[in-house]
Amino acid sequence: MQKFIEDAGWPRIIIGLFLCALFIAAPFVGVRIDASLSDTLVRVGMNGILVLAMVPMIQSGCGLNFGLPLGIISGLLGAVTSIQIGIRGGVGFLIAATIAIPIAVVLGWLYGQLLNRVKGDEMMIATYVGFSSVAVMCIAWLLLPYTSPTMIWGYGGSGLRTTISVEGFWLNALSKYVKIQIGEFFYVPVGMFVFFATIAFLVWAFFRTKVGTAMTAVGSNPEFARASGINVDRMRTLSVILSTVLGAIGILVYEQSFGFIQLYMGPFYMAFPAVAAILLGGASVNKASIINVVVGTFLFQGILTMTPSVINSVMQTDMSEVIRIIVSNGMILYALTRKVVVKR
Amino acid sequence: MPTEVPLLKMENIGKEFFGNRVLQNVTFSLQPGEIMGLVGENGAGKSTLMNILFGMPVIQETGGYEGKIFIDGQEVKFKDPLDALEAGIGMVHQEFSLIPGFSATENILLNRESTKYNFLVEIFSERLMTLDRTNMKKRAEKAIKTLGVDLNPDTLISEMPVGHKQFTEIAREIDRSKTRLLVLDEPTAVLAESEASVLISALKKLSEQGIAIIFISHRLNEIIDLCDKLIVVRDGRVIQEARTEDTNVRQIAAWMVDRKGDSRQEEKREQKRRDIGEVVLRTEHLWVDMPGETVRDVSIEVYRGEIFGIGGLAGQGKVGISNGIMGLYAAGGKAFLRGKEIKLNDPDASLREGMAFVSEDRRGVGLLLDEGIDWNITFTAMQVQEKFIKKLLGGMIKWRDDKAIDECTKKYIDSLEIRCTGPRQRAIELSGGNQQKVCLAKAFAVSPEILFVSEPTRGIDIGAKKLVLDTLHRVNEEDGTTIIMTSSELEELRSICDRIAIINEGRVSGILPASAKAEEFGMLMLGHVEEPAEAN
Repeated sequence: MQKFIEDAGWPRIIIGLFLCALFIAAPFVGVRIDASLSDTLVRVGMNGILVLAMVPMIQSGCGLNFGLPLGIISGLLGAVTSIQIGIRGGVGFLIAATIAIPIAVVLGWLYGQLLNRVKGDEMMIATYVGFSSVAVMCIAWLLLPYTSPTMIWGYGGSGLRTTISVEGFWLNALSKYVKIQIGEFFYVPVGMFVFFATIAFLVWAFFRTKVGTAMTAVGSNPEFARASGINVDRMRTLSVILSTVLGAIGILVYEQSFGFIQLYMGPFYMAFPAVAAILLGGASVNKASIINVVVGTFLFQGILTMTPSVINSVMQTDMSEVIRIIVSNGMILYALTRKVVVKR
Repeated sequence: MPTEVPLLKMENIGKEFFGNRVLQNVTFSLQPGEIMGLVGENGAGKSTLMNILFGMPVIQETGGYEGKIFIDGQEVKFKDPLDALEAGIGMVHQEFSLIPGFSATENILLNRESTKYNFLVEIFSERLMTLDRTNMKKRAEKAIKTLGVDLNPDTLISEMPVGHKQFTEIAREIDRSKTRLLVLDEPTAVLAESEASVLISALKKLSEQGIAIIFISHRLNEIIDLCDKLIVVRDGRVIQEARTEDTNVRQIAAWMVDRKGDSRQEEKREQKRRDIGEVVLRTEHLWVDMPGETVRDVSIEVYRGEIFGIGGLAGQGKVGISNGIMGLYAAGGKAFLRGKEIKLNDPDASLREGMAFVSEDRRGVGLLLDEGIDWNITFTAMQVQEKFIKKLLGGMIKWRDDKAIDECTKKYIDSLEIRCTGPRQRAIELSGGNQQKVCLAKAFAVSPEILFVSEPTRGIDIGAKKLVLDTLHRVNEEDGTTIIMTSSELEELRSICDRIAIINEGRVSGILPASAKAEEFGMLMLGHVEEPAEAN
């Protein structure tokens, strides 16, 4: 018992118990458990890869990827371009990814060069990279020459709308495969989970290779890595590129399930829930694993799904946003201030 | 003179740091106006002795000291440096304790400023008095003049050359009207020769005014020149007390480093007949820009199969040589391995050529503290030589072979007696000695042709020390690995090495066989190359 608590860590146990309490309380306030659970699972699948995008940068010592919006922007560019091309279904999704990934590689490379110049302050710089890239894209979305009538403003005839529906293009492109439906309310989008699991496996496998091992060592002690002949800057750049690419794929998976592409200020706060989720999962600023991603995403999205329905029914007010902010920012604050405990 | 009450008397002073004895039965006394030199190797206990005298908090925090201190025949026990200042002891530390953004005047008079009345004093307190700048400047000028140096009291500390910083610090102690005893911890180390002689004449002037001085220095000529008497400290004990007129530099050097009658000398290994081959590593005018250990111009030749020692006092550049050859710090000049030039400033190239390095900075460079022992040992071999790698899909994927890593780690845990809970234990949880063994194992795992070992026994206990040295010896004998070992402990070098180069001020001051007299090494360490060695 003691060991379990030590391994899991108090934050996870507390949030986990809170989540259990919400599920137990749900039927008494008229919220269906099966629907809630299904919602939670769908959200895990939607957000999983965005959380996964934290892992490479954490492992290489670049800190939490507050610059996730950069990856998301690459994904958005891929998404709107594929709709402009107009191919539907799974192929459309693939095209979106094929366009998004090279953009993410280029942006990630630039982002990596920047972070190599500010060693020690990566996270603060990353936050502003995220914010400013969103601002720049606000102008770009208006000016880019997209013409598909499903995407542009109706009155001016140019410029992309804030919210674009992917319905009719690649809505549920992944989620619709092997959809398990039990009863009226409970369903599991197996296709999306398989995709998430595959990407997670690839990331896991990457960190088992020679390069992945070197990347972890760079994050653990860059001086040690350098003394072992590793090019530290190159490893860090590679990790930033990986994180950015994962961010781009992540947002596409999110959109195909959510049904909408959100431009302009949409990506602005996307980094914070992902950061909070991985920290909630037990990652620290310089160590993260796939288990952290899965556990963290589940707990965080569970809280997000359950609080509006359950707490609002109990309290008769809308508390969901407040609780979401307390949990996500509180988690970030906790993780950034805690010290690694040395056991002898 | 013995009937006179001495200004300062220290009696049977002893000190232990965490069970490590650093001072034992140190006794000496000092008359007013007398200048005493305090000499000894790095780590001999000089600084600790002075810290005790000055009541530095570090002494209290680590359990106080033994013995008694008398000032004017009265026993004193300083709780903090303020008590010591009150009693008239001034100290100039090795590290500058000056405020860079303040002028010389402000630094000299810090917290003792001349002040003028203003009305705010009525409302608040005397802390709000106005500074009397004119008077302050006068006092500062007076203190500087006593020193006999040309120093503008309005210069900011940050804009001064190091020599002037040193003078400012001494001027601060002089301004204290109470100061009767001045302790100077290596004041000339940062000074140019001309500045040092100015300082020495200033100190002589001070002693004429009745101020006693304790002068710590590695430059023995200065000691002879300045001091009335000197004590030599070695391994925490006073080895010799002498009047300076009765001795000379050579004798002092011998006192500093000689360990005659020390049991360690008897441990001298039986040297098996080994094959010492041709020159395997050669440097030409190597320079290394390593902070605090600058190497200026080193040309050495190391033969295949030998154990080559690099010694010298701290900060003289001995540590920089191996760091430079291994590419960890910016270096220049030339280095040749088997006659082929090595690319400097590229750790990967050096490792690929078959050289390995055990860093003196164990925790900073040597270890992945947050990772397991297994990773620490195998990482370098994996990255550089692709050991412990399984190739999948025709070499496209280089998969880490955890099973091979585990086996290799267990092998080294057994052979080096690393005390741990298993291969996965994190390096940060190991003791210093076991961490050092992990560092060695890391170097052995690449099966190097040339192994650089830097300060391998620093901060580890005696048992581990012996094991580390024995292991190095065994690797040298069995695998024929050429070892280049850097160490501050001369005796350790002499017990294991074939030849020892002594580095002074970034240059080789001499290379001697390990069997040479300790005295010879002592002379080289202090930079006396010009005097020819008498006996071989």
